[in-house]
Amino acid sequence: MNRATASLPRSVAAHAILISYTVIALFPVFVILINSFKSRRSIFGAPMMPPTPETFDLVGYRMVLTQGDFLTYFQNSFIVTVASLFFVLLFGAMAAFALSEYRFRGNRLMGLYLALGIMIPIRLGTVAILQMMVASGLVNTLTALILVYTAQGLPLAVFILTEFMSGVSDDLKNAGRIDGLSEYRIFFRLVLPLVRPAMATVAVFTMIPIWNDLWFPLILAPSEATKTVTLGAQMFIGQYVTNWNAVLAALSLAILPVLVLYLIFSRQLIRGITSGAVK
Amino acid sequence: MGSLNIENVKKSFGQVDVLKGIDLDVADGEFVVFVGPSGCGKSTLLRVIAGLEDATSGRVVIDGRDVSSTPPAKRGIAMVFQTYALYPHLTVKNNMGLGLKQAGTPAAEIDKRVAEASAMLSLEPYLQRRPAELSGGQRQRVAIGRAVVREPSLFLFDEPLSNLDAALRVNTRLEIAQLHRRLRATMIYVTHDQVEAMTLADRIVVLNGGRIEQIGAPMELYNSPANEFVAGFIGSPRMNFIEGARLGESVRTVGVRPEHIAVDPHNGDWKSTVIHAEHLGADTNLYLDCEKAGLITVRLFGVYNAEPGATLYATPDPAHTYRFGQDGRRI
Repeated sequence: MNRATASLPRSVAAHAILISYTVIALFPVFVILINSFKSRRSIFGAPMMPPTPETFDLVGYRMVLTQGDFLTYFQNSFIVTVASLFFVLLFGAMAAFALSEYRFRGNRLMGLYLALGIMIPIRLGTVAILQMMVASGLVNTLTALILVYTAQGLPLAVFILTEFMSGVSDDLKNAGRIDGLSEYRIFFRLVLPLVRPAMATVAVFTMIPIWNDLWFPLILAPSEATKTVTLGAQMFIGQYVTNWNAVLAALSLAILPVLVLYLIFSRQLIRGITSGAVK
Repeated sequence: MGSLNIENVKKSFGQVDVLKGIDLDVADGEFVVFVGPSGCGKSTLLRVIAGLEDATSGRVVIDGRDVSSTPPAKRGIAMVFQTYALYPHLTVKNNMGLGLKQAGTPAAEIDKRVAEASAMLSLEPYLQRRPAELSGGQRQRVAIGRAVVREPSLFLFDEPLSNLDAALRVNTRLEIAQLHRRLRATMIYVTHDQVEAMTLADRIVVLNGGRIEQIGAPMELYNSPANEFVAGFIGSPRMNFIEGARLGESVRTVGVRPEHIAVDPHNGDWKSTVIHAEHLGADTNLYLDCEKAGLITVRLFGVYNAEPGATLYATPDPAHTYRFGQDGRRI
């Protein structure tokens, strides 16, 4: 550690603040995890205690894996998230490239229009979206969810990626043009690899709300075949009785895939967040 | 092989006119340098020639073929950029070969040309490396090599030395000069550095505010500048400009280069006080405050000791004194 910039009391204080924040942030996840391994009686008896040999019980996980079709729910969630992510990144990056690279009338206005969705929540349009999906016969399909989530993720993606794309050297793109590369090759081969950290940032910001969403699956695709994990976990929450073992187990399992996706993107993500701050 | 004619090219970005009607003819094998202060339109003109920008009006003719609506890749040009602009994901060899590959050249021919170019630029040890593993000078040589392998009728250089440090700049300048001599190709070179312009060019085009101020051989511009702007832009340190009225002359401005003024401690035309002296070894720059002519710079060859505050007499060489009229033109 650098002695000129760090004193002991200051670094102790900094660590104390960071550790207490970490504890507060992780505490709910921790409670869910420990209680998912306990029997119903001990969840209510001592909710803060980690499972002991007496209270350890996998009943929740057994119920989740036998009742309902959780494998299908996971698969649905995964398909919806990955497909939406793919389209958000593809269309977002292409729109951002056009906005940052080409001069045309109304360029700035178009950029503003595409970014408008950041400020207006897509849920305001739920009724219209539902009518549209009914009219086009897409209710109870994963396609409906993918379309809605793509629309939901695009504004932020276009906004962030436009900034990053305008930072890519013009000379490089021009060199490609002189060497006879098509605009698509320039976009896919030269520009995209250079904005990869920004893409990862957008990917994480887009992915988590999609994975966690309950609203649109409940409204647009509540059928057994198209349920997502978050919606599937709801079936254990009743109006009068809630099967906490199963809910906690389902939630614990739902963390895993998103954690894996996050780890894949996170290396790039940190570079994305810090780029520009340090050269 | 490679001639270039530009006929009344104009370029506007929205309301801003960047090029206000440029006419220029470049002969085959000529080395032409565009110089001018920043914002004068020299890079825009180069981009219009390359086809990276469309001219608002006017024609660009390369090799007798009107290319005004031809995409850059089909114009028979190659360009070297200030920031090297190498493809980060390709090796040196593939960087150099990509243009030919896109044009459908057989692999054997590509290999042959890459080998020739890399031998010419001593890049052979680096062919399998990626740009990130090269130094700045090596990267710029790869960028030049990428231009060479295309065997273009026209080479375009956009401030290729600006990102290099001083020592490398001199070496690379030398390499570009040798390359021109060896290939006898037509080259257009943009720079804001007048030393590069003077040392490399067959002809220099001085641009200012979107217009051509003067076209001529380096020594022609130095010895007979057409107007005040060219006189002030070519030559370092800058030419001294003195109001005509102060010297009792009817012209607006009198110009005399720092190297064409002699000094003497006892007698001369302009009595003056030494403000500051810069000792560069080979020559000495004196800044003098003249009673008659105001603040002037004098460049003396060799070492000359002058203390600030001392009195000196400066005498301009009448054979190298320029007079400019009201419109800035030389009389």
